[in-house]
Amino acid sequence: MKKVSLSIVAALLAAVMTLSMTVFAAEPAAVKTVQEGSLNIATNAEFPPYEYKEGDGFAGIDIEIAGAIAEQLGLELVVNDVEFGSIIGGVQSGKYDIGIAGMTKTEERLQSVNFSETYATAVQVIIVKEDSEIQSVDDLEGHKIGVQQDTTGDIYCCDDFGDDMVTEYRNGAEAVQALIAGKVDCVVIDNEPAKSYVAAAQGLKILDTEYVTEEYAICIAKENEDLLAAINGVIAQLQESGALQEIVDKYITAEEAE
Amino acid sequence: MAEWFHSIADAFNRCFIEDNRWKWMLEGLGNTMIITIFALLIGIVLGIIIAAVRSTYDMNGASMKKKGGLSYVLLRIGNFICNLFLTVIRGTPVVVQLMIMYFVILVNVTNGVLVAVIAFGINSGAYVAEIFRSGIMSIDEGQIEAGRSLGFNYIQTMIFIIIPQAVKVVLPTLFNELIVLIKETSVAGYVGVMDLTKAGDKIRGRTFEAFVPLIAVAVVYLIIVIILTRILRIIEKRLRKGERR
Repeated sequence: MKKVSLSIVAALLAAVMTLSMTVFAAEPAAVKTVQEGSLNIATNAEFPPYEYKEGDGFAGIDIEIAGAIAEQLGLELVVNDVEFGSIIGGVQSGKYDIGIAGMTKTEERLQSVNFSETYATAVQVIIVKEDSEIQSVDDLEGHKIGVQQDTTGDIYCCDDFGDDMVTEYRNGAEAVQALIAGKVDCVVIDNEPAKSYVAAAQGLKILDTEYVTEEYAICIAKENEDLLAAINGVIAQLQESGALQEIVDKYITAEEAE
Repeated sequence: MAEWFHSIADAFNRCFIEDNRWKWMLEGLGNTMIITIFALLIGIVLGIIIAAVRSTYDMNGASMKKKGGLSYVLLRIGNFICNLFLTVIRGTPVVVQLMIMYFVILVNVTNGVLVAVIAFGINSGAYVAEIFRSGIMSIDEGQIEAGRSLGFNYIQTMIFIIIPQAVKVVLPTLFNELIVLIKETSVAGYVGVMDLTKAGDKIRGRTFEAFVPLIAVAVVYLIIVIILTRILRIIEKRLRKGERR
């Protein structure tokens, strides 16, 4: 009896979900945005392969996901390149509709904005010089760590090893430059950009052990719950159709093959 | 209104009290002051040397050219180097100079504050040099003539007669340079130095409050500048005691 009722509930749930998805697909531009007819996104385009500058425009996983969301909602995509630390403030104050910048959902950030469902999983890794004495996460203690300011890597490292051991740079590339110059002993940063940096620079490697695992999500102003629901709908749709994986593969697999 | 105050108080609590974040502000303020003071000291030393070379060339270059000799050649080379230095330092943004210092020149120095002190000191030196030179040049030529006729040589005349008068003339401008310098150090965060601005940014990045940290940082800078302006006024007043105006 119990089993039957459960399966009915499940079936009902599935029906509701499909229904809600069709509603979103059928009614584009039903959500309110900062600028009518366009989806203003805030990002920090120094974080390959999630977002980076390419030619005159922007490219990356997040940019393409945002593009897919805008397309589904019948909006035009407008990319705003801002400091990472200013993204949530800008979304909160209604400057931008969403922030999509390889951003991890944290308790503190949730106090200011809403987060969508997770669209990608990332790990924080440690970049060191090839001849470094740092072999694993356990060796980090007592070493100078370079990070990108305001990222989760920054916050975790400050909490774990103390502010004095952590030097915060404006973007990941600068942190890696500082590592190469010997200003810091290692850089803690997200896995995907780390791969790009290590591929581009000489004499660096990523440690096998991960520092932390975290999930990326899109941030949306607390007031705009319609947009949150719409974006969650689109993410679910993209996940189901495999389009999301295609976008991720396009950037990440291509890079590993190099 | 009451609600607004409440939200500000709440934000203030989150920005400074929680997790002892005010310590960052204190550390940032300390670094800002250290960078400013030591950079100004370097700037003054560098500035005096450059101003001495440049004003000597300006005042005596023509007469020395007639006599010729090694001292003239040295002075000319010195003047050329100083001019080149001034052109490069004043012609490029201080942020760029700071980054070049950190990532290119002083690669082996891991202390960011030290790099910032050197970069801002060199930058400030260029401006202080021109301030001192204009002060020296503003003193009437009759003062040099008077000194020389009293039996002082050129250097003695400079040290005992011209420079004391020049310092009085340039003091307000020099203080102005100090005020500019304090605010310029706000870009030290570019090389990972935790100065006052960066401390505010860090709080902003952690709490996602923009209003409270930014206004707090602005107020701290303002207070420092107001205090310095007061001190300048007192010094000016005392220097003017012997004047008939």
